[in-house]
Amino acid sequence: MSIQVILAQALLGLNVGVFYAMLSLGLAVIFGLLNIINFAHGAMYMLGAFIALIGYSFLEQWFGVSVQIGFWASLVLVPLLVGLLGVLIERILLRRLYDLDHIYGLLLTFGITLILQGLFSNYFNVSGTPYPGQPESLNGVVNLGFMYFPTYRLFAIVLSLIVCFTTWFFIEHTKLGSRLRAGVENPNLTQAFGLNVPLMITLTFAFGAGLAGLAGVLAAPIYSVSPLMGADLIIVVFAVVVIGGMGSIMGAILSGLALGLIEGLTKVFYPPAASTVIFFLMVLVLLFRPAGLFGKEK
Amino acid sequence: MTNRILFILMLIAGLTAPFFAYPVFVMDLLCFALFACAFNLLLGYAGLLSFGHAAFFGGAAYITGYVTKEWGFSPLLGILAGTGFTLILGGVFGFLAIRRQGIYFAMVTLALAQIIYFLALQLPFTGGENGLQGIPRGELFGFIDLNNSLTMYYFVFAIFLIGFGIIHRTIHSPFGEVLQAIRENEARALSLGYDVDHFKLLAFVISATVAGLAGATKAIIFQFAALTNAHWQTSGEVILMTLVGGLGTVFGPVIGAITVGALSHELSAFGSWVQVILGTIFVVCVMVFRRGIVGEIQRLVNRKQN
Repeated sequence: MSIQVILAQALLGLNVGVFYAMLSLGLAVIFGLLNIINFAHGAMYMLGAFIALIGYSFLEQWFGVSVQIGFWASLVLVPLLVGLLGVLIERILLRRLYDLDHIYGLLLTFGITLILQGLFSNYFNVSGTPYPGQPESLNGVVNLGFMYFPTYRLFAIVLSLIVCFTTWFFIEHTKLGSRLRAGVENPNLTQAFGLNVPLMITLTFAFGAGLAGLAGVLAAPIYSVSPLMGADLIIVVFAVVVIGGMGSIMGAILSGLALGLIEGLTKVFYPPAASTVIFFLMVLVLLFRPAGLFGKEK
Repeated sequence: MTNRILFILMLIAGLTAPFFAYPVFVMDLLCFALFACAFNLLLGYAGLLSFGHAAFFGGAAYITGYVTKEWGFSPLLGILAGTGFTLILGGVFGFLAIRRQGIYFAMVTLALAQIIYFLALQLPFTGGENGLQGIPRGELFGFIDLNNSLTMYYFVFAIFLIGFGIIHRTIHSPFGEVLQAIRENEARALSLGYDVDHFKLLAFVISATVAGLAGATKAIIFQFAALTNAHWQTSGEVILMTLVGGLGTVFGPVIGAITVGALSHELSAFGSWVQVILGTIFVVCVMVFRRGIVGEIQRLVNRKQN
């Protein structure tokens, strides 16, 4: 087996890894402040991809407006829209469940997942619709020295990494971030110091949702856009989160990247296990380090 | 007392149902009702949310299907084999999952169940997306022909009663009391000297085994082990059934399974809208109807008595 093949799969794996990283980052940020796991995170990723697709291909056909929202505009607009949906979900529904067992938050977001998935299954084929809006400037391939790699995928990797590490820097090294961490540590005390914790919670949830939406837009040109794309992904991301532990932001990012890489390499060495390797790694982690690699158990 | 009356009502309804409704449909409901009862033992009484119970329900169906079809096992032996498989699988999954608490427990069970789903999709004997087809119904004890749907029905109803009895007995035993203590306050149960992990694991294994019994029976009824039964959406469905009927009530899961099952059946013409409707019911239940049907009735009865 040539080194080129391995490197190529590793890069493709990294490409998947950045999506894992963005989604598990969003889950970790939300979990930190709200203590709930957002099952709808995968549905928001799917929603992001669909809004981009509808904006590009279906506005005229469905709504009779001859506007086409291009890729670059989607990259900005979609996270905002999905984030707005996050605001609505948090304000109208989730907020009322904070005093209850946290599993109710999971169940609520599971219900929302079914609704979103069912809605899009009505209008779109489950086997997927291609997104034709990939900008021309990102067509073609880049010569990386050892291989040719699609420009768009390289762009997706770089942009995702920038977003992930900016988020990390923002939370760990800015003043606003330190307030957020204070809210995670002790919401009551933080509120007593005059910080608006409920607003922080809403914005955090919206931010996590927006991140999922952004990942969806980035994924749209690579994978076909399908109502089930989020559900398949979110379960893997759950395993990623269990492996990494949700104690640290950097842990969520790094375990996402690493597991994408491992999954990519498994495709080279033993393809049938590619879809389950992350789950088996989760089993190993549970056996030897139950709190997760970067985790601290609450 | 109320429970005894409800049990007699359930017995009468169960015995007469095939004369009013299509027996295969009622059998399907019975399997889901048993599945939901098993699930309720975990969530309703031990406070453990398993998001991976489809692995037991679906997994048992494949094992039962395989041994009756390929090895010529009798239906009863086949069901026992499938149930035995989930007993072991439940032990393994339970051992791993109880190492994490709360929300992590749900994620771990979901991820573990996904392994079973992929195995059911990829292993050579499972028939991939088509599922395992052509499972024989065979003969019970070697002389009772199960191809007769009425005979099959009473066989299934007997299995349901056995499974229901196991769950009922477990809930109303000292063991069940300890489970509820763990649900209410795990730290206190631990400090009272109860080996909490041991209790959780045993509850998980019992729940998985009865869920497997339901799935194994379903394979014989439909002569088919379906991939969808191992899918995470089935895990979600059983949560919904339990929630609608009433979490932590004896008869709630049965009522919930009948309600959700009948609803899905009535709405099946609407295609994907069923998912939207089920999702909406989920949201409504979580927001304003957390006690479920039986839970609300119990509350009304209690209020009248006081």
